[in-house]
Amino acid sequence: MRNIWTVCRRELYAYFVSPIAWVLLTIFAFLSGVFTYDLSALFVRSSLESQMSGQSFPMNVNEQIIAPLFSNIAVIGLFLIPLITMRLFAEEKRQGTIELLVTSPIHDLEIVIGKWLSSVLMYGALLLVLFIDFAFLFLYGHPDWKPVATGFLGLLLLGSCLLALGTFVSTLTRNQIVAGAICFAASLLLWIASWSSYSNSPVAQFFYQLSVVSHLDSFSRGVIDTKDLIYYFSMIFFGLFLTSRSLESLRWRA
Amino acid sequence: MIQVEGLSKKYARHVAVDDISFSVEKGDIVGFLGPNGAGKTTTMRVLTCFLPPTAGKASVGGFDVFEQPFEVKKRMGYLPEAPPLYPEMSVQDYLMFVARLKNVPSSEVKTRTEQVMERCSVADVKTKLISKLSKGYRQRVGLAQAIIHNPDVLILDEPTSGLDPKQITETRELIKSLSGEHTIILSTHILPEVEAVCRKVIIINRGRLVATDSVEHLKSSGLGNTFQVQVDTATLADSGTVQRRLEQVAGVSKVVEKTLSDGKFVFEVDGLPDRSPRADVARAIVQAGWNLLELKSTTLSLEEVYLQLTGGNTQSSPAVVDGGVA
Repeated sequence: MRNIWTVCRRELYAYFVSPIAWVLLTIFAFLSGVFTYDLSALFVRSSLESQMSGQSFPMNVNEQIIAPLFSNIAVIGLFLIPLITMRLFAEEKRQGTIELLVTSPIHDLEIVIGKWLSSVLMYGALLLVLFIDFAFLFLYGHPDWKPVATGFLGLLLLGSCLLALGTFVSTLTRNQIVAGAICFAASLLLWIASWSSYSNSPVAQFFYQLSVVSHLDSFSRGVIDTKDLIYYFSMIFFGLFLTSRSLESLRWRA
Repeated sequence: MIQVEGLSKKYARHVAVDDISFSVEKGDIVGFLGPNGAGKTTTMRVLTCFLPPTAGKASVGGFDVFEQPFEVKKRMGYLPEAPPLYPEMSVQDYLMFVARLKNVPSSEVKTRTEQVMERCSVADVKTKLISKLSKGYRQRVGLAQAIIHNPDVLILDEPTSGLDPKQITETRELIKSLSGEHTIILSTHILPEVEAVCRKVIIINRGRLVATDSVEHLKSSGLGNTFQVQVDTATLADSGTVQRRLEQVAGVSKVVEKTLSDGKFVFEVDGLPDRSPRADVARAIVQAGWNLLELKSTTLSLEEVYLQLTGGNTQSSPAVVDGGVA
């Protein structure tokens, strides 16, 4: 446990001492702000239109701003997650510092979990920025807080699972760009698998269920479905398992 | 302390280390010598549990590197050829991180870090970022991380490569000063370094063990049984006569004339491997009525021993080194 924290702490140090964390936070704050503004503006306009036409459609901040906002933020995550994970192992391999880690009295799994946990905390720091946007929504509207909470949980789980994937990809190469590109491609594939939902064939349904985003929907609607939890937890477990195997195989291949 | 038996390491296409056996006693300081690509780094990586051996056994402090890597790692300090430093960290933060990584108890992390910084004279740059340090400082920070958990065994892979002469001397002094508490293996291809620092040498070439011996022993008797005689014939005989006479002495394999000046001749005499014909040579000279002015054993410099053993230059004749130089 102490070893995991030692590794994790150093990674956080690396994120926050270097410009990485600050650049990511800035990009994320800017983009999520734009999305929030856009969705709110749309919401205000349609609410005015419905008043002027004399018919009152039921307006709901949760359904019309917050749920789409969560899916938009998931898209930002898709772009930023490879940037978070690509350095995790690739940099160590290039610098030769991986020799220090694997010749220290610490288990491979502790290294893997420590590094993954640091990326989750980095991603969590990005999500914290969202509180600014939500502060405004709560200030001027009256959304239900429960779907907001489950939405955050969903984003965190979705991110953790892509981060586990990215951590694995980072062990495969000593080149950060390659690691980032492969992670992005793999995440994108897991993403667009959800587009097959229009067909009802079993294969299409299989791919739909395999996609990382299809499991986010219920979270942003305020539902915590065991099916989705199991999906995310098993993806995280699988990613970290592959990472530790890959780290071990370094010794045999080196 | 370190036992290596029949160790081999094969990569996909070539054999890096082939059936090496040696042992290192507690408190020894051993030079691991060989040309580039001889398998030094590979052997060290096996000892540090970084690479598993293909065949054979290696153990450190009685713990097998493959079966009980955890116990080995706890007792092992390792400085790879490129010091494993994180450029974005400050020296102090880095060393504290390594201390935690090496299971130094939380309460001692701070004090141990202070101690090794003093020891390796990097305390004056403790708040500097590692990326801003000069090569010599980086090497010393590398050494500091290797000794931070007070390991029984220190493995140093080319600890002085790329340093300037002053830094090399400082680093050697530092390594020497560590030898009391730790068993040290250091690899190098710089021979004076071994002579300056180590008590024992292990020479490997193309993955095979060529010699393992003490520095002194290897230099004096390991290969040559060579000595030099200076003879004054007082113009009674010419050098050819003396040379023929010496060649007749039992146990002499080769006589080479070195220099001559007004009736004094200097010869280099090679004895057969397991006999020492010195006494016989001296008697022969005296019996012939010549004056024996000097008879001294010549030691090969470590460099020549090394070149002969690694097949670098087998033709060169052993040079004379004055007895006192070591």
